[in-house]
Amino acid sequence: MTVDIGAILFQDGLANGSVYILMAVALVLVFTVSRIVFVPQGDLVAFSTLTLAAFEGGTLPGTVWMLLGLSAIATTFDVLRAISTGDWSVLPRDLAEDLAVPVALALVAMFGTPEGSPIFWKMAVTVALTTCLAPLLFRVAFQPIAGASPLVLLIAAIAVHLGLTSLGLHVFGAEGVRTTGFSGPPFTLGNIVFTQQSIGVIAISFLLVLALYLFFARTLRGKALLAAAYNRRGAEILGISPVRAGRTAFILAGFIGAVAGLLIGPMTTLSYDSGFLLGLKGFVGAIVGGLSIYPVAAAGAVLVGLIESFASFWASAYRDVIVFTLIIPVLFWRSLQTPHVDEEDE
Amino acid sequence: MRNAMKWLPPVAFLAAAAGAFVLTPYQATIAVYVMTFAIVCVGLVVMTGVAGMVSLGQAAFVGVGAYVTAWLTTTYGISPWIGLLAALAASGLIAMLIGSITVRMSGHYLALATLCFCISLYYMIGNTEALGRFNGITGIPGLSIAGWDLKGERSSYLVALVILATCMWWVRRILDSRVGRVLRSLRSGSAIAETFGANSVRYRLLAFVIAAILAALSGWLYAHVQRFVNPTPFGIHMSIEYLFMTVIGGSGQVLGALLGSALVVVVKQELQDILRPIFGTTTRLEMLFFASAMLLVLWRARSGLLPLLLSFVPLPNKSRQVMAADPAHLRPREKAGALVLEAKGMRRTFGGLVAVDDVSIEVRASEVLGLLGPNGAGKSTLFNLLSGTLPRTSGQLTFQGRSLQDIDPRQMCRQGLARTFQHVKLVSTMSVIENVALGATHLGKAGIVRASFGMDAAEERMLMGWAMKQLERVGLASLAHSPAGSLALGHQRLVEIARALAADPILLLLDEPAAGLRAGEKAELATLLDTLRDEGLAILLVEHDMDLISRVADRLMVMNFGRRIACGHPAEVVGNRQVQEAYLGADAA
Repeated sequence: MTVDIGAILFQDGLANGSVYILMAVALVLVFTVSRIVFVPQGDLVAFSTLTLAAFEGGTLPGTVWMLLGLSAIATTFDVLRAISTGDWSVLPRDLAEDLAVPVALALVAMFGTPEGSPIFWKMAVTVALTTCLAPLLFRVAFQPIAGASPLVLLIAAIAVHLGLTSLGLHVFGAEGVRTTGFSGPPFTLGNIVFTQQSIGVIAISFLLVLALYLFFARTLRGKALLAAAYNRRGAEILGISPVRAGRTAFILAGFIGAVAGLLIGPMTTLSYDSGFLLGLKGFVGAIVGGLSIYPVAAAGAVLVGLIESFASFWASAYRDVIVFTLIIPVLFWRSLQTPHVDEEDE
Repeated sequence: MRNAMKWLPPVAFLAAAAGAFVLTPYQATIAVYVMTFAIVCVGLVVMTGVAGMVSLGQAAFVGVGAYVTAWLTTTYGISPWIGLLAALAASGLIAMLIGSITVRMSGHYLALATLCFCISLYYMIGNTEALGRFNGITGIPGLSIAGWDLKGERSSYLVALVILATCMWWVRRILDSRVGRVLRSLRSGSAIAETFGANSVRYRLLAFVIAAILAALSGWLYAHVQRFVNPTPFGIHMSIEYLFMTVIGGSGQVLGALLGSALVVVVKQELQDILRPIFGTTTRLEMLFFASAMLLVLWRARSGLLPLLLSFVPLPNKSRQVMAADPAHLRPREKAGALVLEAKGMRRTFGGLVAVDDVSIEVRASEVLGLLGPNGAGKSTLFNLLSGTLPRTSGQLTFQGRSLQDIDPRQMCRQGLARTFQHVKLVSTMSVIENVALGATHLGKAGIVRASFGMDAAEERMLMGWAMKQLERVGLASLAHSPAGSLALGHQRLVEIARALAADPILLLLDEPAAGLRAGEKAELATLLDTLRDEGLAILLVEHDMDLISRVADRLMVMNFGRRIACGHPAEVVGNRQVQEAYLGADAA
């Protein structure tokens, strides 16, 4: 292997790793706030790419129907809840969030995004549509069991993933897509060629990680989110609603997933079911950070990207084997650090 | 009625066997699928439903079983029955390797580790030339016994039925044994197992290995029935399906595994027949239904559909007559007044907070030492330091004259210390007597092998009899067969005392045993404590009930802000100025 090839692999790994960083950070975010291991995170990425691809191709993305369907279910839940508890005070807000916003976005996608509109408008609509899926998923699948143990929530998350892939195949079809996205002429630094794409991906990822870190470390709202995760009952007494906190976390995760979809779209071919492996690789990174520390989780994700990139050079068929076997020694190392964990169920 | 229940399993088995001659070949094939999957789910019942660990990689172990036998029988032409042994051994070894790394960690790590293992193995098999890559291995021999050919739908049906029934019978048998009781306690955390001398990590590993071996057995059966394997049925989606089948059916019971796999396989088949003509042959919308069903189950019937169904069927109470009994060897009692536990300079800090500060304590045989103190005084922390639940920052601990360095609850249990918990820790789904028998875990020896072959019957009679005897002592013999969760809180505390007594202790640590008891019950508790003291037990009693403590305590010790502020005869201590300040404020004293 020459230095040139090494540099290309490194750049590739870093760019892929940056997408995994986004996955890892979103997973850590959702997990710390709601104790949910958000398996469908990767699906949102794939859906974001597929949505943009549909706009670029001049068709209406299936995301719209998914959004409307989820909105209908969420609205039904909201109304049923109001009827069964007799508490109508929060219904207007619920309806605004679960019905008005999704419907408005769907209308924008249907009538406000013609084929000739600028790429940045299409990207914005894509991000809005995909982001909006996440809180609706939270409302429909997780809010009814919000207090359950992490294991129950994990099973629910897997169910959501299954449901989403099944729907994804239905609305997007089985073909893989690649988006044009943003691109420009590559430039050289020394002997090494850099593509604007990979530099953009890396920069945006690091900015997002920094922003989240500051959000949780410096703002009251961020700290309130963490408090809700740490002690549900206690946070509730202090006026922090764990449900609102969970919802906020999901909106952020949805946004991160949507952005990741835009970033990865021009680099890799994605289809309705590509998200799962993507999310899992973010997981391996997140687990290195113990599902809690942002910078470490990000470093783990970069490592996964680099290992994958170099592994595909030496043993491309075994690329995924290497990446996913990597988690076993990582877990072993972590198990030595936390010798005693006691988890109570229900 | 009870006799009728006893005959139910064999009758059901015969009826199912008759099915081989009634079902159409298509139905028989579906049934073979159901039973093959159910074997995996039975393993998941042990692991997930009973021991509380989630695996997302069971399909990988099925794959190990299938590929080991497929490779051996096609490459070396050896008998499928030797292939079976190899398959079980291989999966057992892999499970031990992965399990020893992950079972000590909290649940979702194990789930993710198994998930990653499943993905790695899938790509590994798919890229290995010797295993036929993604094309798989063909020409796997069918099964035969003594020249008797077992090919064809009907024979496969019977073979699968026999294997499934054996697995179900075996697992039920294990769960009903000493080992099984410990496994069943793990779902509510490892504290109970550890307090009564069982290594919870080893038991978790055991559950994981059992599940892996059953999965491999299913894979072996699959390989020799289909006579062809490729990586597809061993991927992550099948792992998820196994987990869902188990949870939907009812992960707490062996029968739930069969119900779950039958429901999922049949409903999926029917749905595909309906959906494909409408949405095209590639549709996977049935998975959407499946996912929604799963969410509904998690939402409304988290313990699965079987308990829901059974709640409509009047089942007889399976109360077996248990005669009180003693184990062959009990610990010799200490002479009255002998020093049992001596702790000097016990100290424990949490960061900057000193929870227990230089506390010394000694407890003697035939003595009740009362421990008093306002909330937050450090009583429970001291308890945890003595019982080994928390490591001490510094201090010396001597038990029956032996100096103890790093202690853990298991070791203290074997030394002769037993405790109750301030927040009751009982396995609510187990009967009262089984909960008490958990306390006697370290008095038995029978392991999983002896339990499998019914060689633990005498020991079981002894353990249950011993447990019954403790229940008689605390006056709860009549409730022995009720589920522990159905008892009032006061009674649950008494069950905890009985469980601690079942451990045959020298020193008994009681953490607020009278909380939640009525006046009459408190009087009975006082009498019980008197009896126990007269028998030579050393008792350390944390209690807020002054009536009880002044009635039974021989000495009193008072703690405040992590320090011992008084110790001595109850009358002296109550008159102590510092004690009055601690309880009533400075002005009152």
